[in-house]
Amino acid sequence: MATTTTAANGQVSPARSLLALGATKWLWVLLAILALLPLIGGKTGLISNYTFLQLSLMIVYAIAVLGLNLLTGFNGQISLGHGAFFAVGAYTAAILIDQAGWPFWATLPMAAISCFIVGYLFGLPALRLEGHYLALATFALAVAVPQILKYRHFEGFTNGVQGINIFKADPPFGLPLSSDQWMYLVVLAVAILMFWIARNLLDSRTGRALRAIRDQPLAADTMGINTSHYKAVTFGISAVYTGVAGALHAIIFEFVSPDSFRFELSIAILVGAVVGGIASLPGAVIGGVFVQVIEKYADALTKKITAAIHLPIDLEPWTIYGIALIVLMYTMPMGIAGGLSLLWKRLKGS
Amino acid sequence: MTQTTRRMLLASAGMLALALAASPADAQKKYDEGATDTEIKIGNTNPYSGNASSYGTIGKTIDAYFKMINEQGGINGRKVNFISYDDGYAPPKTVEMVRKLVEEDKVLFVFQTLGTPPNTAIHKYMNGKKVPHLFVATGASKWGNPKEFPWTMGFQPDYVTEAVIYAKHILANVKDPKIGVLMQNDDYGKDYFNGFKQGLGKDADKLIVQLATYESTDPTVDSQMIQLKNSGANVFFNITIPKYAAQAIRKAAEIGWKPAHYLNNVSASVGSVMKPAGFENGQGILTAAYIKDPTDPQYANDKDFLEWKAFMQKYNPNANMADVFNAYAYSVSTLLTVTLKQCGDDLTRANVMKQAANLKGVQLPMIFDGIKANTSPSDFYPIQSVRLSRFEGEVFKLFGDIISAEAQSQ
Repeated sequence: MATTTTAANGQVSPARSLLALGATKWLWVLLAILALLPLIGGKTGLISNYTFLQLSLMIVYAIAVLGLNLLTGFNGQISLGHGAFFAVGAYTAAILIDQAGWPFWATLPMAAISCFIVGYLFGLPALRLEGHYLALATFALAVAVPQILKYRHFEGFTNGVQGINIFKADPPFGLPLSSDQWMYLVVLAVAILMFWIARNLLDSRTGRALRAIRDQPLAADTMGINTSHYKAVTFGISAVYTGVAGALHAIIFEFVSPDSFRFELSIAILVGAVVGGIASLPGAVIGGVFVQVIEKYADALTKKITAAIHLPIDLEPWTIYGIALIVLMYTMPMGIAGGLSLLWKRLKGS
Repeated sequence: MTQTTRRMLLASAGMLALALAASPADAQKKYDEGATDTEIKIGNTNPYSGNASSYGTIGKTIDAYFKMINEQGGINGRKVNFISYDDGYAPPKTVEMVRKLVEEDKVLFVFQTLGTPPNTAIHKYMNGKKVPHLFVATGASKWGNPKEFPWTMGFQPDYVTEAVIYAKHILANVKDPKIGVLMQNDDYGKDYFNGFKQGLGKDADKLIVQLATYESTDPTVDSQMIQLKNSGANVFFNITIPKYAAQAIRKAAEIGWKPAHYLNNVSASVGSVMKPAGFENGQGILTAAYIKDPTDPQYANDKDFLEWKAFMQKYNPNANMADVFNAYAYSVSTLLTVTLKQCGDDLTRANVMKQAANLKGVQLPMIFDGIKANTSPSDFYPIQSVRLSRFEGEVFKLFGDIISAEAQSQ
């Protein structure tokens, strides 16, 4: 997008265009490395299957964060309830695989469709709510979902509090990959597709309309943009992203239960979006990595630091997480992606 | 040149001969991932945090136990490397941690993973991977199903058996029983509840006047207790884990409800339940036991108790000596040690399972004298006997004979 603006200004300096070209090139190199990881790491045994699961989870959360980013970052609607869409996607996939015997890939479009419907329908009444009220309404959704999943009369489908076990697919055509490596590639491919679609969407008429609504709803309305239509559809699309992430999560994790989707998940997705960088596609990737890494290590890190500096008091687990969050928000109010690009500009400017 | 070649040939022939001579001895040493000449790697998950964290002491005591074993030279000369992760009693976390144990830490098997919901979540995974899932810390009757799940085995008396015993006791001792049940809403609670109904017989639905449930993520069970009191029940079957058991006992006393109180064995701990609930609130509570309660003065000079006490003081000095879970951990660790000794140098996953299913009359320390661990290829329930006990003063007093029963659900 940087190139388009400069082109419009008619002042393309050779250095800048080289840089822009470089960025795209680097993106391809990065994607190639990621795609080749199973060959490099799997064969040499340097990367365990468990690590591939962790990498897959990072990508899955990146897709979920992207979903929220579309809604909050680009359309200005706040949601504290994206864990609910994540759960709907996950359960759609798990139930179809477990009870209807569907292959895993076929459940992804179904998860997308069901989440679009749920998201769109939820988006309609949410149109009347602004700001904090919308946040509260979505929060209620996030709190309700685990209880709904445990509801006695749904137990035939959801298996209640015990959750559903499913099995990962083996790689097809006798590919020499473990199922974790294969699923990692699948997740990576889905993520690339989803990010590509998101980029094109944001670059289109629709994308400009979304941002216009975020920046000046009244002005957007006056310009002839059907605000309520766009807002509800954005809610639906946002739910699709997060729901597909949920379905992928169920497939690679091989297990869903109501406890996997407590409201903390919604908060984690929101924090991921904010920390990564709101209204930024690379920010969504950073956010996804952040969600997974923090979830894994904040607790352990807090304990290690407490032990290392011989603190006389017991720090609560997650203390480090809180401190890191506060420091980040002060030093990089635009998230890590925003902070990095600011830093880059300053370095280049000097 | 020729000479050197000949010499080399001779040397290599000699080495070959040596290798051949040595191989019969080597052939008996068989290992799967997680076992070597010097080490046996064992995986575990425990709730060190969260609502079930009273059980976390079990993982710590097992760790201390294997420290002791390692200092004494290990098992058949191999040191035990016990790796335990916190899962907070949350099944999704258990799945992740157990996958880490199996796929990254590459343990030989998983031992004493705690809780019915967490173990249910990994049940299929363990059996799919063919990694032993041994002596799980839950008494649900489903762990003893070698036909469908040959890699999973329980340890303690199963919940169905235990609940049948309570039901029979109620029918024999309480006149005109109206029963209220508080149950954790998962497979653990349901297993107890199904056994209980089975024991009450065909009138079960009439006898049970109120069923209240809670989730293991709830903060309290106060409203459930009020609901149970208002149902007019005169018998209370308390199917809860320690935190909620203590809350229920305390709340019953607070609201002046005095039913005949039956507490499930998984919360029969003086240190973790009765003391926090207040001794005066727990008088007369009935439960079933199979472990010598460290607070019971009758064991003050018991050989098992003294050994256990010495172990605790040396290797686990920060733990609560009044907590029966620490005795439990000591017992079950001993059973694992017996099993691994029996494996000899064949530390394959298949042999670990084979030996676990071949335990004959093992008298474990801190388990009642006369209650022995027995398994066979078709019997995956090591301990199947209990005695009833009643809380009096500050201890659970045993009464009646040892009662044995077979799980009937599988």
